Amino acid sequence: MIHVAGLLASAQEVVPARAQMATTLGFHIILACYGIAFPTIVLAAEYLGLKRSDEVAMTLARRWSQALGVLVAVGAVTGTVLSFEMGLLWPGLMRRYGAVIGLPFSVEGIFFFLEAIFTGIYLYGWRRLSGWAHFWSGIPVAVSGIFGALSVMAANSWMNQPGGFTLRAGRIVAVEPWAVLFNHAALYEMPHMVLAAYMVVGFGVASVYALGFLRGRRDRYHRLGFAIPFVLAAVLTPFQIFVGDTAARAIAGDQPVKFAAMEYVAHTSRGVPEYLGGVYSGGHVYLGVSIPDLDSLLVGFSPHTKVTGWDSVAPVDRPPAPTLIHLSFDAMVGLAFLMLGAGLWALLAWRRRRGLPEHRWFWWLAVACGPAALVAMECGWIVTEVGRQPWVVYKLLTTAQAATTNQGVIASLTAVIVLYAVLGVATVLILRMLARRWREGGQDEEIVPYGPPSGGTPPRPLAGEGA
Amino acid sequence: MVEVVGGILLAVLTLYAALAGADFGGGLWDLLAGGDVRGRAPRQLIDETITPVWEANHVWLIFALVVLWTGFPTAFAAVMTVAALPLWLAVLGIVLRGAGFAFRKEVEGLRSERALGATFAVSSLLTPFFMGTVVGAVAARRVPLHARHSTLAAWTSPTSLLIGGLFVGVCAYLAAVFLIGEASSRGDARHERYFRRRAAAAGAFTGALSLATLVELHHSDHALYHGLTGRALPLVLLAGVAGLAVLALLALGRARGLRALSALGVAAVIWGWGVAQYPTLLPGTGLTLFNGAAPHATLVALVIVFAAAVLLVGPGFAMLFWLHGRRMLESGAEP
Repeated sequence: MIHVAGLLASAQEVVPARAQMATTLGFHIILACYGIAFPTIVLAAEYLGLKRSDEVAMTLARRWSQALGVLVAVGAVTGTVLSFEMGLLWPGLMRRYGAVIGLPFSVEGIFFFLEAIFTGIYLYGWRRLSGWAHFWSGIPVAVSGIFGALSVMAANSWMNQPGGFTLRAGRIVAVEPWAVLFNHAALYEMPHMVLAAYMVVGFGVASVYALGFLRGRRDRYHRLGFAIPFVLAAVLTPFQIFVGDTAARAIAGDQPVKFAAMEYVAHTSRGVPEYLGGVYSGGHVYLGVSIPDLDSLLVGFSPHTKVTGWDSVAPVDRPPAPTLIHLSFDAMVGLAFLMLGAGLWALLAWRRRRGLPEHRWFWWLAVACGPAALVAMECGWIVTEVGRQPWVVYKLLTTAQAATTNQGVIASLTAVIVLYAVLGVATVLILRMLARRWREGGQDEEIVPYGPPSGGTPPRPLAGEGA
Repeated sequence: MVEVVGGILLAVLTLYAALAGADFGGGLWDLLAGGDVRGRAPRQLIDETITPVWEANHVWLIFALVVLWTGFPTAFAAVMTVAALPLWLAVLGIVLRGAGFAFRKEVEGLRSERALGATFAVSSLLTPFFMGTVVGAVAARRVPLHARHSTLAAWTSPTSLLIGGLFVGVCAYLAAVFLIGEASSRGDARHERYFRRRAAAAGAFTGALSLATLVELHHSDHALYHGLTGRALPLVLLAGVAGLAVLALLALGRARGLRALSALGVAAVIWGWGVAQYPTLLPGTGLTLFNGAAPHATLVALVIVFAAAVLLVGPGFAMLFWLHGRRMLESGAEP
């Protein structure tokens, strides 16, 4: 009886716990993207600045690194919230699988350390470190950002394809660390997220300068500020589409029920149609475009490929809200092609005139790519996380079993929503304020009073002053 | 191997307490620095001291959490369930402090600076206090193994509240001592004296609270008290001697050796707790290092990861602190 009552209690808390995890992860992942990819973009600008003695590139690098400082600080604390939530919201997961899922997180710890240490050196070393020494102090930040992301993705992909341990009577009795870190899903989840981070930041930063371009700011500063991040993101987009396509095909085999929800496959069959858009209700797809046989073709390169439907498992083992999962998947894929189009447009213009496109529509498209990349990334997380339900560890532990038995998650959920709304607004306001200050002041030091310390050596002329 | 991982956990906690503790304490001194005019100079010193290093110091907490949940998952889940409320409040402090600190640098205008500065300073108090109460809950045998709900009683025992206060005191003490060194390296005699007085006050406060905690343990928790005055006595004495030596150096006006001695004292307290409690993981539950640890392969992996972290992160930290000590890293904005 007690056991049943306990299950009921946890079933009540699992909904707010999932909502809180979704809120905090959905928020942090944006900042995490900036932690992963923004350093590379800042370093690219600094490299150009140093290599060509290009003051415009140097100014961009210095200003971007100031914005990076704000984003990294907020990301460090919102990431800490997630670490605590692993225990505060999901003690059932940690009690049973902590010894396994903790391993990739411990590896991530090393990279988080390196990232934080060298961020401290890079962000605050502009004045007193010599040009190339300063540049090289940023390289570990970019590298450890990528490897940290790979470690976290190892943990997430393990939840989708758990392995590398022996369970006896509900207890973990043996662990194979390598099999945990390099689980099957890690092979496609890892590159997918790192590429997504680069696209979110690349298109995101570029969209700010695209908007400036539309408002008449067309000097070299704005063109370069657009080109560096945009080119990086646009070059990676086709690779991301390839990785995503590979991942979807792998999921059709690894997690067929998730795939069924992504593509509205109710019954296991051959010649499965591909739905574009559409709302699923009571066995019908409304308002969607159906392309015959395409889903089978995409899964197995033949219209006769058998695709597993969600009728292969009992209703309780199916993810909720197939419409949410399917539309999120479609939005992600559709937006990826929008971004691909923007990149191709820029490529054509470059081949023709060795310059950026001048057409206003291109610049509006480039503005749209910023939010598009962000929305696509969040949609991807909805697909993989909601699509894994009701499991937290696929086919081994349900999310309800993992959730805290404490009541009152609704209170922490409310607090988190309010706090993160304030935090998000404040972060955007601060970034806008920095942008305004840069526009008005031209030279940062006049507005941000650096005040060289008494008795110190004079700041290095090239990078330090921006003049 | 279990003992090694337990030692790693204590080592990581020690580094977190000694390094990030001083950053939290900086927030306390920022809070107590007085009005805009009077507090301007000490606030700036605190800001410049903390800015380039606080994020790196903060990572020790993440590492401690990961070692705890990977190496000792049962204990982790129990603590996270029973002490949920103070842990949420500690997390709230971490978020507000980090964000307040980062934003304060960039905003313009006294009013927003003041609001964000107050957020940073007040939240610097929240985190150590509530973390202390959680440690107190463990030490005072208030964390049962299979509890399903958090309770107020778990972390509001006199022991918990005393340890919460002790954590705040230790942070203030470490910060003041570190800031003496910082002021002294800048040849700033005024702030050297300023933080010398505060270090002495915080040291006396912390010492008194430590003794009060020992007395309270004598009444309420014989097992831990006997551990502390038995097997762990050398470490307890070392902590006392280190604390008295710091007070003596402060009275003599010396700056050399202050930081190392104060950190040594704090380390001795943490290791004393560990030794006194060994091999129990959660006092009062029968959960020990041996029956509560992860499988062997996980422990080996943790040791390897820690060794790699020391090899990779150690030189990084050395470089960060060296550059910071030579004032090669500038925070840029005035507080």
